[in-house]
Amino acid sequence: MSNVLILADFVGAKVTKTNAELATVGARIGEVIAVVLSPAGQGATYAAAINRGPIAKIIVIESDSFVHNGVAAVADVLAQVITSQSPSAVLIASHAFGKEVAARTAVKSGSGIITDAVDVSSEITATQLVFGGSTTVHSKVSHGTPIITVRPNSVDADTTQSTPSVETVSLSVSDGSKKATITSSEPPVQGGRPELTEANIVVSGGRGTNGDFSAVENFADSLGAAVGASRAATDAGWYPHSYQVGQTGKTVSPQLYVATGISGAIQHRAGMQTSKTIVVINKDPEAPLFEIADFGVVGDLFAVLPKATEGVKAHKS
Amino acid sequence: MKIAVCIKQVPDSWAEKKMINGVLDRESVDAVLNDLDEYAIEEALRIAEAHGGNEEDGTNTITVISMGPERATEAVRKALSMGANDAILITDPKLAGADALTTSAVLAAVIEKGGFDLVVCGTESTDARMSVVPAMLAERLNAAQLTFASKVEVDPAAGTVSITRVTEAGVDQMHGKFPCVISVVEKINEPRYPSFKGIMAAKKKSIDSRDLASVGVSAESAWSLVADATPRPPRAAGIKVNDDGTGGEQLVAYLSEKKLI
Repeated sequence: MSNVLILADFVGAKVTKTNAELATVGARIGEVIAVVLSPAGQGATYAAAINRGPIAKIIVIESDSFVHNGVAAVADVLAQVITSQSPSAVLIASHAFGKEVAARTAVKSGSGIITDAVDVSSEITATQLVFGGSTTVHSKVSHGTPIITVRPNSVDADTTQSTPSVETVSLSVSDGSKKATITSSEPPVQGGRPELTEANIVVSGGRGTNGDFSAVENFADSLGAAVGASRAATDAGWYPHSYQVGQTGKTVSPQLYVATGISGAIQHRAGMQTSKTIVVINKDPEAPLFEIADFGVVGDLFAVLPKATEGVKAHKS
Repeated sequence: MKIAVCIKQVPDSWAEKKMINGVLDRESVDAVLNDLDEYAIEEALRIAEAHGGNEEDGTNTITVISMGPERATEAVRKALSMGANDAILITDPKLAGADALTTSAVLAAVIEKGGFDLVVCGTESTDARMSVVPAMLAERLNAAQLTFASKVEVDPAAGTVSITRVTEAGVDQMHGKFPCVISVVEKINEPRYPSFKGIMAAKKKSIDSRDLASVGVSAESAWSLVADATPRPPRAAGIKVNDDGTGGEQLVAYLSEKKLI
């Protein structure tokens, strides 16, 4: 039976939700081998953290170079594993780091690359939503080993318990992959909220907040949601740029997207219109975003959100 | 220092885009300089200005490098009018529809020949949005990859670069020796508008136009193939209520009915 490599997706020593999504997609194609790249001495801990999703085997490689040299070191070792395992495909999470690893791995292994897939079939045909989600594209890699990055939150993960076999392999990172060094790292400041691209629910604020995100944040917290912002809000300095949803920011595809005080320029739509359910709150009944809303409230967000927040809290208690 | 800035001409990001035979139809839409590349040009100018400038008597040169059709000259001129010294445009009908692997191979070949200390890019183009070309360039050039930079500090005497890398995974401090491939995030700076003087000067600056053969890269058959591309049906608008004081409650009722809470 053919096998498929997934690059195990970690934040620090914690496995992400995306990891089981990669395994779920991979299992359609073949037997899933998770490649776990850990700091020296922590391979067993990292491997033990992977216990969800249809994963047959874990290959562990330990090196502090993954921490100190980042993308280049990870791509270097991943390309070596591709050579030894000859997989049918390699699946990697589609975030900044994952896409860069995929980029370098594709060059090293002489393989085609597809990024931001929202689905991959058993025949290794990738589905992408391009031009801000307005067009569906199906494509296939035609040279080498398909290297495909899969967007978080795009598939329903099979999270059944698994007990994969674990093999530790000794591979070294070449000096050419140590040209850039990471001298220090700080994890993202999350404020207890889920990561924007992984969140099931996202509540975003725009120009209509006038810089006051408290109502947006309170509503988000009542739902256990991530907070996003439109470009107008981040450009005004009301919310950090890393929370921007849209063409030049993050692309999100949650179960529920709540846009408040956002009129809905193409730029913003590009980052959110593949959300399963869209709720829009805006004072302006002509706001273009109402055109794609499943549920719209024409009203002041500062009046609607506090009541909705109370309502959600009451519903949950 | 010899600084290269890679830029791309893209369809105006406000325009509606469509595909013909699996390739973006670039003819029917306005083409502009990828706005994320403006931050790269600005950063290159600031690096040069902080270390002796790039005027005729300066110690640095900034070369704009782009791959694209003849029409991409407009985007290249804009970069020159901001203050870059000269430009190389790789134009060849064989490159139409080229993907990131081919693009990075072509750019890397030109950069290698030019012997640059720094290569500065934007993080992505607003059309393809892959954000893979800077990493591919670093791999092909065997250069230090310093990408997603929100801050760049260059020490020309030591031949080193330090950056602050900002991604969803957090904030990293990174360091590397020349040659470096740097990509800069939006908001690292405020790109300048070309001055009248800059626009006039740009008209006299040289654009070295090259074809694929002179670059020495063969555009092999595509690395990946699009089977089909179909416009998605537009989302139909759903329920819309006016807030008469109960908008919040109605919203909660809707979310509850849809089992979203």
